[in-house]
Amino acid sequence: MTAEEKPLTGLVEKTRGVVDMPAYEAGDGYSGARAALVSMTPADVVELVKAANLRGRGGAGFSTGLKWSFVRQGDDADGGVKYLVCNADEMEPGTFKDRFLLERNPHLLVEGMIIGAWAIQAEQGYVFLRGEYHEPYRQLRRAIDAAYAKSHLGKNIFGTGFNFDLRIHRSAGRYICGEETALLNALEGKRAQPRQKPPFPPASGAWGRPTIVNNVETFCNVPAIVRNGAKWYQGLGKGDDSGTKLYGVSGRVRRPGLWELPIGTTIREIVEEHAGGMREGYKLRGLLPGGASTDFLVEEHFDLAMDYGTIQAAGSRMGTGTMILMDDSICPVDMCRNLEHFFAQESCGFCTPCREGLPWVEALLTDIEEGRAAEDDLALLERNAMFIGGTTNTFCLHAPGAIEPLASALRYFRDDFQAHIRTGVCSYRAPGGAAPG
Amino acid sequence: MAGQSVSRSQPSRRKRVLASMARVNIDGKDYELEAGQNLLHACLSERLDLPYFCWHPAMGSVGSCRLCAIVEYADEGDQRGRLQMACTLAARPNMRISIQAPFAADFRKQVIEWLMENHPHDCPVCEEGGECHLQDMTVMTGHSMRRYAGAKRTWRNQYLGPFVGHEMNRCITCYRCVRFYRDYAGGEDLEAYGSRARMFFGRQDDGVLESEFAGNLVEVCPTGVFTDKPFSKVYTRKWDLQSAPSVCPHCAVGCNTFPAERYGVLKRVTNRYHGEVNGYFLCDRGRFGSHFVNHEKRVRHAGVRGADGVFEANGAEAALANVAARCAGALVGIGSPRASLEANFALKQLVGEENYCPGVADDEHETLRAALEIYRKGGFRVPSVTDVERADAVLILGEDITATAARVALAVRQAVRGVAFDMAREAGIPEWQDAGVRGHGQAAQSPLFVATATPTRIDELATATRRGAANDLAGAGFGIAHAIEPSFASGTQDDFTAAAAKALAAAERPLVITGCEARSPALLRAAANVVWALRKQNKKAALVIAASEANSYGVALLGGGLNLAAALLRMREGEPALVLENDLFRRVPAGDIDLAHAVVLDSLETPTAEGAAVVLPAATYAEQTGTFVNYETRAQRFYQVFEPAGEVAPSWRWLAEIGKRRERAADWPNIDALTAACANGTEGLRRLTTLAPEAGFRARANTRIPRQPQRYSGRTAMLANVSVHEPKAPVDAETPLAYSMEGENAGDQPGAVVPYVWSPGWNSNQSVFKFQQEVGGPLAGGDPGVRLLDDESGSPASYGEPPATEQRNGTFLAARVHDVFGSDELAGYSAPILERAPAPYCILNPDDARELGVADGGGVRIEELDASVQVRVDADVPAGLVAVAQGLPGGPLLTSHRVRLAADADFTPRSGGDPNVIAKG
Repeated sequence: MTAEEKPLTGLVEKTRGVVDMPAYEAGDGYSGARAALVSMTPADVVELVKAANLRGRGGAGFSTGLKWSFVRQGDDADGGVKYLVCNADEMEPGTFKDRFLLERNPHLLVEGMIIGAWAIQAEQGYVFLRGEYHEPYRQLRRAIDAAYAKSHLGKNIFGTGFNFDLRIHRSAGRYICGEETALLNALEGKRAQPRQKPPFPPASGAWGRPTIVNNVETFCNVPAIVRNGAKWYQGLGKGDDSGTKLYGVSGRVRRPGLWELPIGTTIREIVEEHAGGMREGYKLRGLLPGGASTDFLVEEHFDLAMDYGTIQAAGSRMGTGTMILMDDSICPVDMCRNLEHFFAQESCGFCTPCREGLPWVEALLTDIEEGRAAEDDLALLERNAMFIGGTTNTFCLHAPGAIEPLASALRYFRDDFQAHIRTGVCSYRAPGGAAPG
Repeated sequence: MAGQSVSRSQPSRRKRVLASMARVNIDGKDYELEAGQNLLHACLSERLDLPYFCWHPAMGSVGSCRLCAIVEYADEGDQRGRLQMACTLAARPNMRISIQAPFAADFRKQVIEWLMENHPHDCPVCEEGGECHLQDMTVMTGHSMRRYAGAKRTWRNQYLGPFVGHEMNRCITCYRCVRFYRDYAGGEDLEAYGSRARMFFGRQDDGVLESEFAGNLVEVCPTGVFTDKPFSKVYTRKWDLQSAPSVCPHCAVGCNTFPAERYGVLKRVTNRYHGEVNGYFLCDRGRFGSHFVNHEKRVRHAGVRGADGVFEANGAEAALANVAARCAGALVGIGSPRASLEANFALKQLVGEENYCPGVADDEHETLRAALEIYRKGGFRVPSVTDVERADAVLILGEDITATAARVALAVRQAVRGVAFDMAREAGIPEWQDAGVRGHGQAAQSPLFVATATPTRIDELATATRRGAANDLAGAGFGIAHAIEPSFASGTQDDFTAAAAKALAAAERPLVITGCEARSPALLRAAANVVWALRKQNKKAALVIAASEANSYGVALLGGGLNLAAALLRMREGEPALVLENDLFRRVPAGDIDLAHAVVLDSLETPTAEGAAVVLPAATYAEQTGTFVNYETRAQRFYQVFEPAGEVAPSWRWLAEIGKRRERAADWPNIDALTAACANGTEGLRRLTTLAPEAGFRARANTRIPRQPQRYSGRTAMLANVSVHEPKAPVDAETPLAYSMEGENAGDQPGAVVPYVWSPGWNSNQSVFKFQQEVGGPLAGGDPGVRLLDDESGSPASYGEPPATEQRNGTFLAARVHDVFGSDELAGYSAPILERAPAPYCILNPDDARELGVADGGGVRIEELDASVQVRVDADVPAGLVAVAQGLPGGPLLTSHRVRLAADADFTPRSGGDPNVIAKG
């Protein structure tokens, strides 16, 4: 792939460091924003992004252009304030793609947001940044300051009369803030609980005003789309989806990391070619394709293309596209226990199935892992999983997401659960010791 | 027969939005539901048993508990359906849902099992047991076996003041408490803390809950986290309580209540739903004020003062003989705004119109007369509390309604949300989607203008506030009216009046609220002018005139030829007097009162009773049947909850007995006869006859309506310490209610005679929907009461010139301050209220305080009143004005419009509370 085929990381590869303002401008930086503001109407931009088939990179894969089109425009709008928000609260376990973009190529986000702001005619933007992201904050701060200095942000951008202010809000740190309406509540200074939908943020978001929330990676795709057009962008993808995707791999591979690849690259290619395959002595048993809240995929799926439709058809979700690999030294029960501990802890406490159900799930998994479980605990676990997992059973999708790895583990690794209960020991643990690694 | 609810002048907010009906198939049967209404609400309106926790009829849906799960089917062919929460779905035409679908039923059962992970197994020692919504829902869903084997979460509970107990371990995290306390009632000191399975609902630190509506937490909480603390001290299970429909005696709003009794003790007061008055909520004065019924200073026996000055209790006959001898000739009768309409009428009949005085101070009497004059001139319908909620712009003129009519203040808090509802409708957010409406509306508020002498709790919602003495505020009122309608007399013009006039004129249903507390007829006339000016602009403007006591309007309507000053003069001249349930020391200076020849009928040993020649023990409102007339001239019947012990009897009975011993008065065999005589004998009170069902009314199956629930227990044993022979139950010849657990309280009888709410499977107060025509609507048999004046027609002439602003002339202008806890006489005898009552105080501007040489917390002497009070310094009080708290235990009575002040260097501050400690100093 050439640099121009890597709209997200091409410049980073060239500079081998942080892409600062001079480097960014040298690589045609801000020409996309300039082109959008000077020669395109907001509606043109929305149509272009729609045509490019850019889908939300936060995990849900919703059409970005379509989302933008939900904001009432022109005569339909009430003339009041609108907000553009970047969800940079990257807290999905195993996911570090936004961090890479923020640390290495922060101007890309700023430019993407300027174009997004123009598209929905928002004059105020926020980057809702994960609290622990100190280096990303430093780099983004520097980039925003530089953009203000160049008048790419602030009043009368590119002499068009368009104003757009961008602020960074550093999160106090809750996983649920990745849910866009919980993010908006947190931004408003309220409890980070998701909101009832409808109303959806494009109709009533931050402070009750029309608001668009997009992921970091999503925004970062926009400048190149404006520069090179929808056709070009579609051509970057391999299957039905368009563009490139930051894929990541963590686990016992030779080269864990992150790569910008055509969207639709197969799992096998990502794991074997880019991550270098499994380390000596480990066999890949399963993987979570897009963060902790996605269903396990197993061997039969390894030749599938990592795109939204294909992974969904396989019963999982591409999610963030950053996989967590489970090799044959890892106990699936223990891995589930670890995950459910995380999700129970990160429940906002608003609705019953999530708040009360997840801790029970964690307790049952602990009992199974530690050899205290009774025969019917597996049925109880499945009952909990079934009732927590329905997408309308809970107030938001936190709990159904939490159940995805467990429900699929119960499907693919059932023998492990049964063996734990039957024998009262975890065979992955060294006798008398803790589970390895 | 039954008092029917008067048709609403405004369609409800809900109805305005949702006009059409939707045919919805529920479990195979078709129902016509209100299109757009949330399905839970609509199902309950059809009286279907659909479990829920977090939804509340007055607060809408948030979708947190996930209990009201149903299955929704795409169409007739869809066999599988999709689980949905009924409270989050709008009823749509051709919808198909199932409540009974096994998957939904199983899910609901699972929700309870989840909640039970942490809920303690303490039902036997929990105050909520037997009326616990969580118990009901647990049984209804069928959950019985707990499979969770882990440890339960435990909390340290908080001290929340004298009203509300706290037991957080029982919490099921439904968020209703904070939604009521913060979102609905505007409180700030109760919060949801923490996250995940460790949510805590309480205060930042231990301390008294500040809101005057905190007591509603007891009823809003679906289980036993927030409990009625005074009730816990004398606890009885709900099923063992005897209760009757009643009316709160602590202000003129007339909230409907259920006082409940056992062993001759009034145990507690809970909300009695009224679709037009109090809805689902009471204020804390109402809920906790009635423990005066159990006060140790209750008068239990008739007493005649002997030669040695000590009362002798030689029985009712002896006392009545003494009274008859005393009162053979001309006789002064002093009535009371806290006594029933019937007792006042009986007194008036007994002594004659020319000798009857309503028993309020002359300035208050004049103010009440001005209020009635305005109501009678008409041109607007006096708004009910629910009408207040629908106002789209509000002006409060001269009255601290949070203190004098707290329930109306709570309604104003809802009214200012009107614009947020408009915005939500605009954005397609259903009105019942509470979090969505609030999130979308943010800080948007309908206009509220507050003009009062001192800062009030509701100022925080105000678009603008203005301070001044009564005449100054009246001038501003005239100014607003003139700005709206230039042909009206002019008054003060300033930024406040201009903004208020503009906002009121721009509204569709503007509302003005004033009151009698300032004792200023001019203020009322100014308020009336504003309303009439708005009516001339074709606005549906209306006026609320609050009054101080439960029956202020009742006595005002009865009239009477004597004012209090003249009555007291005749008493000082040696004429005998009958003083009805009235502590004159709260109304006039002690020097004006001579009780040497007074016969006092009262329930409490007030200073007036202590000074009387004869004292007759009167029943409290809970021990008799009678009528109060509220601020909207709505006459409402309160029923005897329990028979008083010993010689205690309703005042009208005593008066009838006295009457029998005189030639003059009629004899009334029962309360119906007396009410009828009052209706026929008083101009304008004819509608009283339709107040409530007569004694002969019978419910279903020709039964009386039981005061005791079906599970009332211990009847044969409760008096076994006295005698093992079970006494005959009292027979109630006066009302359709019975002292029994037998009979039907099915809920379809007239709303006035619903003595408690209970329905099979619904043991908690949530059962009220089984007694309503629809959720949040009128009671099934009609909302109780009848409005005596109800004349919207006519366009009355406005009032003339406003009063001149009073000049200080080196003195301070004195304003009355009413305190929600402590200023009401009867509540002042209630132990939990007394704990909240502040020490007597006055409020001064910082400049004035500096000039006088007193600091906040110091004392000033009020020369004219010969009293010293504690100073509160507040920059929001105008210079030259001193606001003196009235009615507080031990506090001075303000009798002058101007006072001189001086620093009191010897003043020792003390805490509020028990008046017996206060008297000295």
